[in-house]
Amino acid sequence: MAESAVTAVTADPRSSAARKPRHLTESGPVRVLLIGLALLLIAVILLLPLITVISQAFAKGWSTYMESLKDPDALAALRLTLLTAVIAVPLNTLFGLAAAWAITKFKFRGKQFLITLIDLPFAVSPVISGLIYVLLFGAQGLLGPWLQEHNISIIFAAPGIVLATMFVTFPFVARELLPLMEEQGVQDEEAAVTLGARGFRVFFRVTLPNVKWGLLYGMILCNARAMGEFGAVSVVSGHIRGETNTLPLHIEILYNEYHFTAAFAVASLLMLLAVVTLIVKSVAERRIHRNMRGS
Amino acid sequence: MAQANSSRRLLPGFRLTIGYSILYLSLIVLIPLAALAAKSTELSPGQWWDTVTAPRIVASYKLSLMTSFFAAAANVFIGLLLAWVLVRYRFPGRRLIDGLIDLPFALPTAVAGIALTTIYAPNGWIGKLMEPLGIKIAYTPLGITLALVFIGLPFVVRTVQPVLEDLETDMEEAAVMLGAYRRRIFLKVILPELIPAMLTGFALAFARGIGEYGSVVFISGNMPMRTEIAPLLIITKLEQYEYGQAAAIAVVLLLISFLLLLLINMLQRRAGRRLHAA
Repeated sequence: MAESAVTAVTADPRSSAARKPRHLTESGPVRVLLIGLALLLIAVILLLPLITVISQAFAKGWSTYMESLKDPDALAALRLTLLTAVIAVPLNTLFGLAAAWAITKFKFRGKQFLITLIDLPFAVSPVISGLIYVLLFGAQGLLGPWLQEHNISIIFAAPGIVLATMFVTFPFVARELLPLMEEQGVQDEEAAVTLGARGFRVFFRVTLPNVKWGLLYGMILCNARAMGEFGAVSVVSGHIRGETNTLPLHIEILYNEYHFTAAFAVASLLMLLAVVTLIVKSVAERRIHRNMRGS
Repeated sequence: MAQANSSRRLLPGFRLTIGYSILYLSLIVLIPLAALAAKSTELSPGQWWDTVTAPRIVASYKLSLMTSFFAAAANVFIGLLLAWVLVRYRFPGRRLIDGLIDLPFALPTAVAGIALTTIYAPNGWIGKLMEPLGIKIAYTPLGITLALVFIGLPFVVRTVQPVLEDLETDMEEAAVMLGAYRRRIFLKVILPELIPAMLTGFALAFARGIGEYGSVVFISGNMPMRTEIAPLLIITKLEQYEYGQAAAIAVVLLLISFLLLLLINMLQRRAGRRLHAA
């Protein structure tokens, strides 16, 4: 019975809900009106900001646009943003895989509590996510004096930026893997073990192929947030140009100094990242759907 | 459940993965959050109370709560409409729009912030249209609310959409048989099924709005007592090296978020029960 409920949910409900008999849908004019209103809202709320970024970025032509991107401070910000993502995404992915394995393949006390704790960073304001690291590692923070004695700087330096980013992107991969691995159960892995496979081999040959699209989905969301995070990073960065500015912080500085064209030029890079993220996301989503239907 | 029990003996790696998970969770999340609790106790209860009830800070809480509330409420209607149109109707570009709904999650908040400010500023595309009508959007609470509508848009759509997709049509069929009109069917048959999802989406958008910083800080204008949001005040206190006060404001903000999270969990549990009972 549980099985039939699962297939009912996963068997592409979109197609069953569509194309209803005439008595079960609205009259033609009402439908057109609702669709029109929806499109208008989408255009004003979602498309207008995208168009604004592009038109402002190219307001003074292609060469000004390229100059803004080649600016040494912009390049330094790009490097720091990439560095942050290169550290935060793999570490959070490793955590997501470990946590999902422990939670979905085994039974233990406090499982629900652990899941709640993993979700915790989603409930914390970005500014507070940065604040907690300042309170821990800042000059007047709990570990501040000790760090100063040993000449280690975390706040107003790259390590603080990486830590704050890791905090805000912490749940992404685990969140995507948990429901997928829960649904897939343990039979495949148990069969592999019974046939004599060892731990990592079971993981790489049996578990990973089953969840690869979900894993990609989680990683791409994690990456988008890691590269685009503003509030948390803003608190710990100290805004030292060429040193502790990420791309979003660089945009803020340019904007506040009325370099609008340059600000939007840099913003267009992050917008491109967002669009690529959405495309990969919808491809991955479709694959996950198909895999679940197939199994 | 019995399977999971037996697998504890069969499958390897429990100690390694649970140990690593808890260690990493503690280092990145739990210990830093504990630092917040520790720091906020540096103030005496009297100082703590004076901090969180100072007029400027109360004004910022009110502003954050109010704008988030209205933005989330607007998103309930917008989200319901979008989910309805995406699930029930077929039209060209539907898939593209479905993918686009998540844009506010994917677009960095600073980018959204400067774009929205440019649109709604007095010389911007929409600001220009509103100026002759005497409506100012940017640098007012209305501007903050519109930024939060953008940020919160996906929540209600994504909570209502799956419920609407799974809704069986037999109740609707029965209502038609009994002679009910379409509008009545929507209000009496369909809407009640969607309300838990709508409330969940509302609470998620509300919670997100209270803590939101990047998309709001550009459009808000940041005038003390009028358009200064609570997260910004935390940063101001930090810049003044008032760590204790910053922590106190943060604790109140976190408590509000956790209360909302609790509410969401309760709503989801109730919705789950309904589903099983049916």
